[in-house]
Amino acid sequence: MMMAATLLSFLLPLAGAIVLGFSGGRLGPRASAAIGVGSVGLAALATAWALLTFSGDSQGFTLWTWVSVGEFQPTMGVVVDRLSLVMMSIITGVGFLIHLFAVWYMVGDAGITRFYAWMNLFVFSMLVLVLADNLLLLFLGWEGVGLCSYGLIGYYYQNEANGRAAFKAFIVTRTGDVFLALGLFLIFVELGTLDIGLVLEQAPRVWAEGSVTANLAALLVLGGALGKSAQVPLHTWLPDAMAGPTPVSALIHAATMVTAGVYLIARLNGLFLLAPDVMWLVGIIGALSLLLAAFAALAQTDIKRVLAYSTMSQIGYMFLALGVGAFDAAIFHLMTHAFFKALLFLSAGAVIISCHHEQDLSRLGGLWRKLPVAYAGFLAGGASLVALPLVTAGFFSKDEILWQAMASGHYGLFAAGLTGAVLTGLYTVRLILGIFHGQPRSDHARHPRPGTSPLRHHLPLAILAVLSTFVGAWLYPGLEVVFPPRPDDATNAGHTLFQFLATGAVLAGLALAGWLFLARRRWLDAKVGRGLGARLWILFNRAWGFDALFDRTLVRPWQTLVRVLRFDFINLGMNLPAVIARLCNAGLVRSQDGQLRTYAKVMVFGATVILVGLVMTQGGGA
Amino acid sequence: MTGIPMEHGLILAVILFSLGLAGLMLRRSMLFVLMSLEVMLNAAALAFVVGSTAWNQPEGQAMFLLVITLAAAEASVGLALMIQLYQRFRSLELHEVSRMRG
Repeated sequence: MMMAATLLSFLLPLAGAIVLGFSGGRLGPRASAAIGVGSVGLAALATAWALLTFSGDSQGFTLWTWVSVGEFQPTMGVVVDRLSLVMMSIITGVGFLIHLFAVWYMVGDAGITRFYAWMNLFVFSMLVLVLADNLLLLFLGWEGVGLCSYGLIGYYYQNEANGRAAFKAFIVTRTGDVFLALGLFLIFVELGTLDIGLVLEQAPRVWAEGSVTANLAALLVLGGALGKSAQVPLHTWLPDAMAGPTPVSALIHAATMVTAGVYLIARLNGLFLLAPDVMWLVGIIGALSLLLAAFAALAQTDIKRVLAYSTMSQIGYMFLALGVGAFDAAIFHLMTHAFFKALLFLSAGAVIISCHHEQDLSRLGGLWRKLPVAYAGFLAGGASLVALPLVTAGFFSKDEILWQAMASGHYGLFAAGLTGAVLTGLYTVRLILGIFHGQPRSDHARHPRPGTSPLRHHLPLAILAVLSTFVGAWLYPGLEVVFPPRPDDATNAGHTLFQFLATGAVLAGLALAGWLFLARRRWLDAKVGRGLGARLWILFNRAWGFDALFDRTLVRPWQTLVRVLRFDFINLGMNLPAVIARLCNAGLVRSQDGQLRTYAKVMVFGATVILVGLVMTQGGGA
Repeated sequence: MTGIPMEHGLILAVILFSLGLAGLMLRRSMLFVLMSLEVMLNAAALAFVVGSTAWNQPEGQAMFLLVITLAAAEASVGLALMIQLYQRFRSLELHEVSRMRG
């Protein structure tokens, strides 16, 4: 039963993708939407079925034996445990809601079949990633989501900038994937297996804690995770990935794909525990990403870019949790983040479509009365994002992360997390005020067309809004059995003080935001307009100049190299026969001028030459 | 028959051949080109006849018959082509009927 449900959950989206992908334009928009949404909906039902029949223990199924050579018999299989069930539920559940919303969002767009085909293939790849029982199959899913991400970011491919954004996402994440592949090679060479269970079992026996090889393996796997999860320094693709349709941003760049790195590290927790230095690095990178991205989110004008940096910041929290060994808290935040970030993106999508594709903060405003559903979505999602105490899901998960950081004695990371919480409050309030309050700043914002469809527009937003409240936090099953013990198991001292601190930081962020954006708006605008404020604005707006740095140090030297290699001297030698043939051709073409008299003259001339030659050579002898 | 030396006959043949060749190279009209060709053929045939007479060999005479046949065939095919050409282009000037862009 369990196995059938699991198989159905990822084969249905695959079937949907195949039917849509090979339909060759024979399916109309309605049929495409029905297949695309239906397959993921059924997959969600199958996941629910798997959840109901789940016995509590980890269960593995071998799908097939890949090759069979003597002792070496790698099998492809899936493993279902609490962790993969949580991930499956997020992927199919949130994925289904996003698909449903996409029917409203994407109506009238050209090539809608292609959209659903990519989306279904994405859901399939992501499910393979989380269900795989060995790292090779996981890598297949890993690459699959990268490919689908490319196809969906470049969905509006007629615009060249979108194609470039898709390229960038593909290449930057590929950089990480190379590290991951190298890490897998190393693991296979050292441990002789890629089966996740066996790897985790054997790693402590083969490697001593803190040994160089263990550190290297963990570091390489971390490289892959950084690329996929958009953490410093491989994060530059995420803001540009907002070129895709908004449901894509919600599904891929908030709820699922970018969390693959978090999942990978959590899944390979035994490997990372053997490498304390790399764990420390994970925490540092998480803290760095969450701060850099939070500052960058303060100075964006595109609402989707604000949300993109916010995503990067929240995944920074998850990495911070992984770094202090609180795998459980990381997955908890992954789940609540999937709820509230999907909600925020879909609400942003509702605003964008209602305002005739206007997504610039400086041209929106005053929409709260006209778009009440999107406003409610933004309020619920935003509250969860800033972790409003007690009523939101985000509070419980972020609270857990910060508490684990403090309990494990990482006070630096804890301080970074608290600072991030204040900044989160700032940019969230700025975003919501910018969209929904004040005066409308353009005609599009003055005459919005609110979404009216209850099933396709209101329902996904309403469900996600409910999940973003404390209800979402209740759904978390707790993964203590899957992961090694949490850092706080030893101590509970100072928890009360901590909760005052965390709540205080959130409220301080909100109060500061309210004071800045409501009371001192003019003062703030003047400050940002010139001098140091303007310089800071540019710095944050360009996200600390990572793009420019990579452009100068990597992209341009590479392009120069390519330009040099285009005039390859070996290639010139290879081209020589072609050049000679072309010269001969030019000469012969000139001789064929079609004038009969010329031919006669040339023939006579030739005959004369031969005759004279014969006479000269043989005349003497004859 | 013995009155004319072989050299005279051969010189006549050479003169005829050169005239034909010059006509072939210089004439613009297709008709005259064809006529020049006939002259050249006949010059060659004359050389055969002169040779066979001088050396009392009958093969030269047989060759002459062959050349005459060839010339007749060539003239008939050539003239037929020319009629076709004239019907299509209303001209027999060689440079006018050339359609090749070399």
